[in-house]
Amino acid sequence: MSFKTKFGVAAALALSVSATAVCAEEMKIAFIDPLSGPFASTGSNGLHQFEFAADKLVNEKGGILGGTTFKVDGFDNKASPQESLIQLQVAIDQGYKVIVQGNSSGVAHALTDAIEKHNKRNPDSRVLFLNYAAVDPALTNDDCNFWHFRFDANADIKMDVLTDVIKDNQDIKKVYIIGQDYSFGKAVSAAANSMLKEKRPDIEVVGDELHPIGKVKDFTPYARKIVSSGADAVITGNWGADMLGLGKALVANGFSGPVYTYYAAGSGITAAFGEAGKGVIRLVAEGQLNPPPNDQVVEYYKAYKAKYPDGNIDQPRIYNTIGFLSAAIEKAGTADDVVSIGKAMEGMEWDSIFGTKLMMRAEDHQVIQNMHVLVHTNEGVTFDYDNSGFGTVTESTIDMAGMDSPTTCKMDRP
Amino acid sequence: MTQTAQERAHVSAPASGITLSRLMPWIIAILFLLIMPILFGSNSAITIMNQMMITIVFALAYNMLLGQGGMLSFGHAVYMGVGGFMCMHIIRMVEKYGIPLPLPVLPLFGGLFGLGLAMIIGSFSTRKAGTVFAMISLGIGELIAACSVIIVVFFGGEEGISGDRTYGLPFFGIEFLQQKEVYYLLAFWTVLSTILMYLFSRTPVGRMANAVRDNPERAEFLGYSARWVRYFSFCASGFFAGIAGGMFAINYEILTGEQLSLIQSGAILLITFLGGVGLFFGPIIGAIVFTLLQTVLSLQTEIWQLYVGALFVAAVMFFPGGLAGVLMMHVPAIRLGKLHLLIVPYIRTLVPAVLCIIGVAVILEILFHVRHSAPGDNEMTLFWITFDSHNPVAWAIGAVLALGGFWLARMSAPDLRDAWHRANTLDGGAA
Amino acid sequence: MDLVVINLIDGLVTGLLLFLLSSGLTLIFSMMGVLNFAHASFYMLGAYFAYQISLYVGFWPGLIIAPVLVGVLGALVERYGLRRVHQYGHVPELIFTFGLALLIEEIVQFFWGKNIVPFEEPAALQFALFNIGGNAVPAYKVFMIFVAIAIFLGLLYVLTKTRVGMIIQAALSYPKTVEALGHNVPLIFMGVFGVGTALAGVAGVIAGPVLGTFPGMAFLLGSIVFVTIVIGGLGSLFGALVASLLIGWLTTFAATYNFEFASILTAFGMERPEDLSESYLRDLWVLTLPQIGPILPYLLMVLILVVRPYGLFGKRDA
Repeated sequence: MSFKTKFGVAAALALSVSATAVCAEEMKIAFIDPLSGPFASTGSNGLHQFEFAADKLVNEKGGILGGTTFKVDGFDNKASPQESLIQLQVAIDQGYKVIVQGNSSGVAHALTDAIEKHNKRNPDSRVLFLNYAAVDPALTNDDCNFWHFRFDANADIKMDVLTDVIKDNQDIKKVYIIGQDYSFGKAVSAAANSMLKEKRPDIEVVGDELHPIGKVKDFTPYARKIVSSGADAVITGNWGADMLGLGKALVANGFSGPVYTYYAAGSGITAAFGEAGKGVIRLVAEGQLNPPPNDQVVEYYKAYKAKYPDGNIDQPRIYNTIGFLSAAIEKAGTADDVVSIGKAMEGMEWDSIFGTKLMMRAEDHQVIQNMHVLVHTNEGVTFDYDNSGFGTVTESTIDMAGMDSPTTCKMDRP
Repeated sequence: MTQTAQERAHVSAPASGITLSRLMPWIIAILFLLIMPILFGSNSAITIMNQMMITIVFALAYNMLLGQGGMLSFGHAVYMGVGGFMCMHIIRMVEKYGIPLPLPVLPLFGGLFGLGLAMIIGSFSTRKAGTVFAMISLGIGELIAACSVIIVVFFGGEEGISGDRTYGLPFFGIEFLQQKEVYYLLAFWTVLSTILMYLFSRTPVGRMANAVRDNPERAEFLGYSARWVRYFSFCASGFFAGIAGGMFAINYEILTGEQLSLIQSGAILLITFLGGVGLFFGPIIGAIVFTLLQTVLSLQTEIWQLYVGALFVAAVMFFPGGLAGVLMMHVPAIRLGKLHLLIVPYIRTLVPAVLCIIGVAVILEILFHVRHSAPGDNEMTLFWITFDSHNPVAWAIGAVLALGGFWLARMSAPDLRDAWHRANTLDGGAA
Repeated sequence: MDLVVINLIDGLVTGLLLFLLSSGLTLIFSMMGVLNFAHASFYMLGAYFAYQISLYVGFWPGLIIAPVLVGVLGALVERYGLRRVHQYGHVPELIFTFGLALLIEEIVQFFWGKNIVPFEEPAALQFALFNIGGNAVPAYKVFMIFVAIAIFLGLLYVLTKTRVGMIIQAALSYPKTVEALGHNVPLIFMGVFGVGTALAGVAGVIAGPVLGTFPGMAFLLGSIVFVTIVIGGLGSLFGALVASLLIGWLTTFAATYNFEFASILTAFGMERPEDLSESYLRDLWVLTLPQIGPILPYLLMVLILVVRPYGLFGKRDA
């Protein structure tokens, strides 16, 4: 990230320069995610993908609206809701008009709440919140607001996709659900139970449990329990070290059925699973890499790897977020008025290079797109993760997943 | 323990009447708080100052245990957190049922709930001091933090609970929509709690806390129950931590499990110790410095935590009295009117020392950039200068600064020591 | 029944691993009276050093070299850090190790980044040694058990049967007298600290491949090690062993059995409400044992400290 800007921020703090008008030539996007601490790798990888997408999609093409360029700057929230709110205030003071965030639904809740209050109390410095990865369904249901837009499928839609795949697999008779003990893990468990019951009443849920998040040192006892329950498949929402620990323990204890996951790729996890997870780990995600859907993706990925050889494009939704935003700005004809941009995004459709159309549902600001179930393997991998030779290959695709999913969102529009 | 005899003497200097010179620091502090938002008016600056004030109250409350009572707690965040959570529930009830409660009194409720929790926990944890107390506080801290994800009804799970502070009764027409209004509210509570905590340290109970810290056996012989003295300090500390929690609830309008975590408890220990546990105002300095480091330094460099960690370890090793201890070391020289003797040696030692630190930082930043930036992306900016991080010249400059600064500082250190000795010695008399 | 046996084995592995850490910590405590908060950080360093070594020469040399490096580092920390802080008293000492733990975590991230590093168990041990009721027991786990037991026996031998052990034991109780007899007590302290941290390093090397090698690994284990030695009784090697095994089995069995708290509520004569979302006790109705498994040791510690402030086998106050 640009050190100059960061000095600018500091200088502004010291000199108490109040919000200056954004210059028309630059759209400033604040990336509020962990850049230090245990989750920093996910955060900085995401920031790289944002900067790269902004350069490729907007800046190298001479900008939009006849010269408006995008500028993405990182603000380190240290994975803490409290610190996120401080950084949000700093960003707003600096004239950032768009906030992007994704890691942790807890932070997303804090931000969406604070942004709604801020926009209500300060109509002259309103901002938009583009959520690229926080998947708690509540954000586009009971806790929705006009300023929040989600570019990732929410946990319910992802479970819908996973259960569609499980539905067609007649080998699966018994399923074990395990997750981290917090809102997301509980949402995964609730969605899995209700959808399995609906789609495959014959499947028996042989286990449904939560474990403390980030506190389990050894997953062996859990793996033992899963193996002895006779489960044919496991569904988990675990991420980070909890995902790796669970997956490795399952394989080490002789589990060979599919493990359906949300977050089991990139950030070192693919490399760490390696051979052990081959054909076992499956994950639901947007955006197809293997096999590449078209030449544009190949070109884009190669350019990214040339710049960041250690990086992965594990979040095609970041590309989608930037692309969608720039299209909405052109449609609205302004980069200053966030209300117009927001209204332009509602119901808008946009074609991504990752072989899907994106549609921003107007009633709850949830993006609808093609979703895939991918398998962790080293065969047929054009683009691997973590330079490990292993990557994810598309197994099945659900078109425009969750198009008709219900929402309880009641939105007040400005 | 941690303080030198000199510092301890300061803590327990007898309070003899109220004089203008005694009130002066307080008046200056209050004026300072009043004009700060005029000097630094941007919302982000005010947000950071609000955070500082919350941390100040919390750190002072913590120091009632660590500094004044000699009790090391690894789980003090729970008292602030629980106080804050209760306040947030009150804000939500005000919003939902229209209870006529003006917002400014909210921290008092936070304090009462912090006090309540401290009374329960303290009833068994303060029976012993030392490691037993520290370990019980660790265990309780971990248990309550774990509850924050298990008991969703109260703690709201991972996303915590949030509310809107503006639904309370308008307070003289103020609805607390703007950060600046919140600032003045928090400033009021900061001043009030600081004064109360200062006065507490002057009460017989506060004095006995010092005695029990230094020599529990002797205090027992004097007829005081060490356990009850610890219990009172603990409850008072819980009360003020709860007030900090209430201030947090007002400022952020959200409380999450993070506020209860061991990380918060550890941070407040760092802040308090960095500021100086031996002096009443030490934690205030620690809170200000740490908040600045956390919010401003983290915008400058990705490895800010490395610097903070190194600063902390260095402080423990070389300045166990903390930053306040360093300041107070100069009081005798000022009293003798010989502070000017130190100015030149200070410049001659500290300027090279600062250069040395900058040199080390330059090398660390370059090393970090080389290891973790994208290959091909050799350009980095440091101290407003953009250069190629793979260029040996940059390394050489860093190394020269580090080694040269170190050497110069070392060379002039004896002079400083000498000047220090002279500045602290009466004219004509032996030391 | 099979599951009980397999859980006993798994718990034994966890417990012995904890023992490798807690034995060093309790030795350091009994000698110098300092609770070393950075102990788990040395465990992490062991894992990272072994990982770095394994990139060049494979796993086995790392099993020896990494702990030695960690031990030397530990001795240096004692010599140039702790000994200096010691003069200020116990609280600054504790705070110093606390700061050191933070610093080591930052340094590890500085050099190895924030991701999980792919540190693998040696290929020679990547097979299932035997099966119990369909549950495989990896050879590596059995190897871990043997390493831990060998170290325990070695430690016991050195402390009770050798001259060095006698001096250490004497220095524990009467440091001044031992010094007067011409022994270099500071050197003994440095050595004990080095050996203690080296033991943590061994634990790191053998645990890194199974539990994952990442910057948060020290934090994950750090406070549990404390809990272990406090439960066992500060300064008691035997207590550390008992408490480690106790905690190993406690957490393993708690993770296995889905005991529901609803049954306790029912036993108190309460009825499960139809609509849980309205009940203030809804979280308790759905709570199961695995959810609170990892915090049980803390609960145990608080209870033990309230009843017996010197732990299970401690002789003096903690």
